[in-house]
Amino acid sequence: MTRKVLVLGETRDGSLRNVSFEAVAAAKTVAEGGEVVGVLLGKNVSALGAELIQYGADRVVVVEDEKLDQYTSDGFAQALLAVLEKESPEGLVLGHTSQGKDLSPRIAAKLSSGLISDATAVEVAGGNVVFTRPIYSGKAFEKKIVTAGLVFATVRPNNITPLPKDESRTGEVASLSVEIKDLRAIIKEVVRKASEGVDLSEAKVVISGGRGVKSAEGFEPLKELANVLGGAVGASRGACDADYCDYSLQIGQTGKVVTPDLYIACGISGAIQHLAGMSNSKVIVAINKDPEANIFKVADYGIVGDLFEVVPLLTEEFKKLKVHS
Amino acid sequence: MHYRRETMNIYVLLKRTFDTEEKITISGGKINEDGAEFIINPYDEYAVEEAIQVRDANGGEVTVISVGTEEAEKQLRTALAMGADKAVLINTEDDVENGDQFTTSKIIAEYLKDKDADLIIGGNVAIDGGSGQVGPRVAELLNIPYVTTITKLEIDGTNVSVTRDVEGDSEVIETSLPLLVTAQQGLNEPRYPSLPGIMKAKKKPLDELELDDLDLEEDDVEAKTKTIEIYLPAKKEAGKVLSGELNDQVKELVHLLHTEAKVI
Repeated sequence: MTRKVLVLGETRDGSLRNVSFEAVAAAKTVAEGGEVVGVLLGKNVSALGAELIQYGADRVVVVEDEKLDQYTSDGFAQALLAVLEKESPEGLVLGHTSQGKDLSPRIAAKLSSGLISDATAVEVAGGNVVFTRPIYSGKAFEKKIVTAGLVFATVRPNNITPLPKDESRTGEVASLSVEIKDLRAIIKEVVRKASEGVDLSEAKVVISGGRGVKSAEGFEPLKELANVLGGAVGASRGACDADYCDYSLQIGQTGKVVTPDLYIACGISGAIQHLAGMSNSKVIVAINKDPEANIFKVADYGIVGDLFEVVPLLTEEFKKLKVHS
Repeated sequence: MHYRRETMNIYVLLKRTFDTEEKITISGGKINEDGAEFIINPYDEYAVEEAIQVRDANGGEVTVISVGTEEAEKQLRTALAMGADKAVLINTEDDVENGDQFTTSKIIAEYLKDKDADLIIGGNVAIDGGSGQVGPRVAELLNIPYVTTITKLEIDGTNVSVTRDVEGDSEVIETSLPLLVTAQQGLNEPRYPSLPGIMKAKKKPLDELELDDLDLEEDDVEAKTKTIEIYLPAKKEAGKVLSGELNDQVKELVHLLHTEAKVI
């Protein structure tokens, strides 16, 4: 059965986020050959429509308004509901980002629809669109279908492969005028803490430190390694509780869940709560002084040693590799 | 809408979940609950604590609600022992076999619709299902504003200033009561129930309701999604712990990541 599927493209600092291209790929699967329509909401976003099409959308609907300059639940819900009403799609896909998590349940409630949050895979099987999602913080998985309403899901960043960018693809980018009425919650101020550098949830490489890092300064060698690999720095709860770093870096059952290609755990013992946040990473490297540390049980590669010796050596070795390749 | 109230009418949405230390096993296609320890969902604990602090600063009453089976009484009693005033268990054991987030939010909204709640606080996500849908769904059904993943809440009359965690950045948001918020880690430090608190909790009201009491039929709350399979992730093979001179180990590791794992 073919479906018309809408995808909300999410922007950050004037660019589309990677997760939006992943969401387009998911929408293609859901559509089963039907039309995939990108949706862009913001103040000045229509120029990004072409890129959404190059990644697989057939056309794009844009709602531009001063009140959509920053994400608010009220503003974005009004705009997206107006697009949904005009397009009457059978499916809807968003990224499972801060924005997608905030907005999608409201849309689902408004439409009395099912919603599958935080999907890591989508397939068509036995006539159903089947989503896979982690439960119990990745200690188990479930396969789930929507039985009423839209085929509606949010997709976890870094899990669904985007379609290759095709610069020859073109399509219509049309604007829809929506009157955005009163916003009941208004953003007064944004304090940037985490977004210098690479976003943790979307990073392909994560270098993570635990209590073994011993101090805030102890994170410096980890940051250098992250810089060389174009990755992000994360932390265990232990390191955050000890005030070595901000809680925004925390990976675990409480905290962020990450699934990078490469996760390097430095001085992290590997408590079950931490494993819940990173054990689905594609390749895990553990560096720890204690050969009995739990982290070695989930690691693909391990080095038993002092992180303050190992990490700088690794940084140098990766630099050499970069020069050669 | 003219809106003014002398004291705060506060509701907390609470879920009973597996202890974070529990290993997960499956039997008969379902998560095996035998012998597992259960706790208040950690994010809901922040919600209980915040509700108590708001009540202590502004006056009013904290009611903790849970949708589930009678086993959730234990977690509700814990919330009462922390300092909540009343608890309500909406027992769905006989009526709902496979509920989803639609089911739970519909039941909660139906319960809350005539309660004149000023403030509703929940956790931003439950560590078992992990959807984070119920809070915003309830707000939408009650037609009140909401702010998710909050780390700070300041109330002045009916004006509210909320700090929201957005993937590590913070937004300061101005809004007003009535309001639903969901708690993020960092909002507060939940207290442990004191011994006198535990004694008092035994005498605090814990009402039990069923769908009937809310004029809901089973059909009204029928799930809109269905789980068709639950499975455990493939067991990882034991990894390779390197040996030899540290310098050589590092060289070997980089080589393996480049040629064997192909992630660099």
